[in-house]
Amino acid sequence: MTVEVKTEQPNIAAKSFISKKESRLKDFLSILIQNKAALVGAIIILIYIFMAMFAPLLAPYSPYEIDLENKLTPPSSEHWMGTDDKGRDILSRILYGSRLSMGVGFAAVLFGAFFGIIFGLVAGYYGKWVDTIIMRMMDVMLAFPGILLALAIIAALGPSLINVTIAVGAFSVPLFARIVRGSTLEVKRLEYIDAIRSLGANDLIIIAKHIFPNILSPIIVQGTLRLATAILSAAGLSFLGLGAQPPSPEWGTMLSSGRDFLFSAPYIALFPGLAISILVLGFNIFGDGLRDAFDPRMKK
Amino acid sequence: METAEKKIILQVDHLKQYFPVKKDSFFKPKAYVKAVDDISFELYEGETLSIVGESGCGKSTTGRAILRLDEPTDGKVHYMGQDILGLNKKEMRKLRGDLQVIFQDPFASLNPRQTVKQILNEAMAIQEVVDKPKRKDRMLELLGYVGLSAESLDRYPHEFSGGQRQRIGIARALAVDPKLIICDEAVSALDVSIQAQILNLLKNLQKQFKLTFLFISHDLSVVRHISDRVMVMYLGKVVEIAEKKELFDSPLHPYTQALLSSIPVPDPTLKRDRVILKGDVPSPIDPPRGCRFHTRCPFAVEKCKQEEPPLRELVKNHFVSCHIAEDLPV
Repeated sequence: MTVEVKTEQPNIAAKSFISKKESRLKDFLSILIQNKAALVGAIIILIYIFMAMFAPLLAPYSPYEIDLENKLTPPSSEHWMGTDDKGRDILSRILYGSRLSMGVGFAAVLFGAFFGIIFGLVAGYYGKWVDTIIMRMMDVMLAFPGILLALAIIAALGPSLINVTIAVGAFSVPLFARIVRGSTLEVKRLEYIDAIRSLGANDLIIIAKHIFPNILSPIIVQGTLRLATAILSAAGLSFLGLGAQPPSPEWGTMLSSGRDFLFSAPYIALFPGLAISILVLGFNIFGDGLRDAFDPRMKK
Repeated sequence: METAEKKIILQVDHLKQYFPVKKDSFFKPKAYVKAVDDISFELYEGETLSIVGESGCGKSTTGRAILRLDEPTDGKVHYMGQDILGLNKKEMRKLRGDLQVIFQDPFASLNPRQTVKQILNEAMAIQEVVDKPKRKDRMLELLGYVGLSAESLDRYPHEFSGGQRQRIGIARALAVDPKLIICDEAVSALDVSIQAQILNLLKNLQKQFKLTFLFISHDLSVVRHISDRVMVMYLGKVVEIAEKKELFDSPLHPYTQALLSSIPVPDPTLKRDRVILKGDVPSPIDPPRGCRFHTRCPFAVEKCKQEEPPLRELVKNHFVSCHIAEDLPV
């Protein structure tokens, strides 16, 4: 019954010197690489980012240059994707358009994530009536179908690409808020939060330094998946004429102007449509892959 | 030991901690879990007082209430004569340097994204105990106290074993020069050989820094190893407080007797009179009237069902809350 007394020091040197942080990152990457679909998604996204960054170097023509003599020419060696009804090179317009679509997507998700994370952290950490008020507000926003909410916001602010960004961002806020709140509730009850509280840390330090870094994984997954939706919604709103205005080379706008030539020159609508679909697909499968890679149950 | 002459560092008076439970229907009165129901005790400077009891008896809740990790429902807690519960946020933050806590689960008590250096540095920064340039030396000193090497500084918690993590937790608590440390099941999650190491470490640190421990545990062998005095709790109430030797040699309360008889003895040939309790612990939402233990007590009489027994000093420094403690067979 008496406890045996040992004065042996713990053996630290015997532990492996390879930092486990590195090996965790390696684990993560290997899972991601094993998941072929996620890898394809990542490659697609990288290609699009490359396109957006180097559009001026890659594009053979100016995206705005009107050349009425060469209008509605089908794909050829000179114009790989053909020209539209005003003779503008479709390939160049798609390359420049990737900047707009990805820019709107990232900006909208950042906007939504920023407010969503703040609302979620505050609601989850403080609980009680603060939680009730914030989350009921989020429920109200969720009750609207996303596109309807976006339409309402644009109706109020006027059609422009910036307003589309705000609108698409706004309907991402409650989604982020919910996920962040849930994760906050989970982390908040861990003992290291109590430990830091009993050291006398204030709420801001606890939330920013001890809760937020530990709930990043679900935020990153949600952010990636939301990017796909945001790009699609932004293109959809532009297609309806509520976002980017012609002659801007936004894919949704291009799709819309190709509508009239669907039978005579289908390539005007086809290529922007493909550009949108492939990018959205890329973000979706990459997001799914990330979710699996972050899931501890997937580890062997 | 002459505890009466010692200085009281912490005094707990009529502490109550009720947690509201969800109502089944709107018309029912609001129900509460009476996790800690009116307990009083004091802690003397430099001693180790253990709180023992089975799970759900309110021992951890008591610790958390003293630290104001959960605000207590009612009662008073005086630390060095200062009313802790009356302090505002800022004053409380300052006082927290004196009161530290070591938790049960070494895997949950350290932020997985901070290195040992960041953990210790943050503790010192929050309480402003050490000037910035001197912090590095102080960290190495702290690691030395708890038996970790200097290389540990740049590592993350997951690179350590359970026992080593518990040492990091202890170093973090020591970083702010505390006077009172609440050890909430501090060794329960460790295996037995590591438990002994950590217990001895705690004992050495106590001597070295004149620390006072409030040691919360369900493990009687651990309690026997480390305590000066022992307090037994049952269903949110104190049933017995005595010095360790006195309590283990001549327990007065039937519950303590049953608890002690459950300690395993490493001798299979030895015949013992084990007190086996009937039934389960009643719900703390609706505890029994009178003595809370009467539903399971083999000696209960009519009075036990009606009247709540007060905590009485039967022998010097040995308090028990039982109506019939004098008449019990020992």
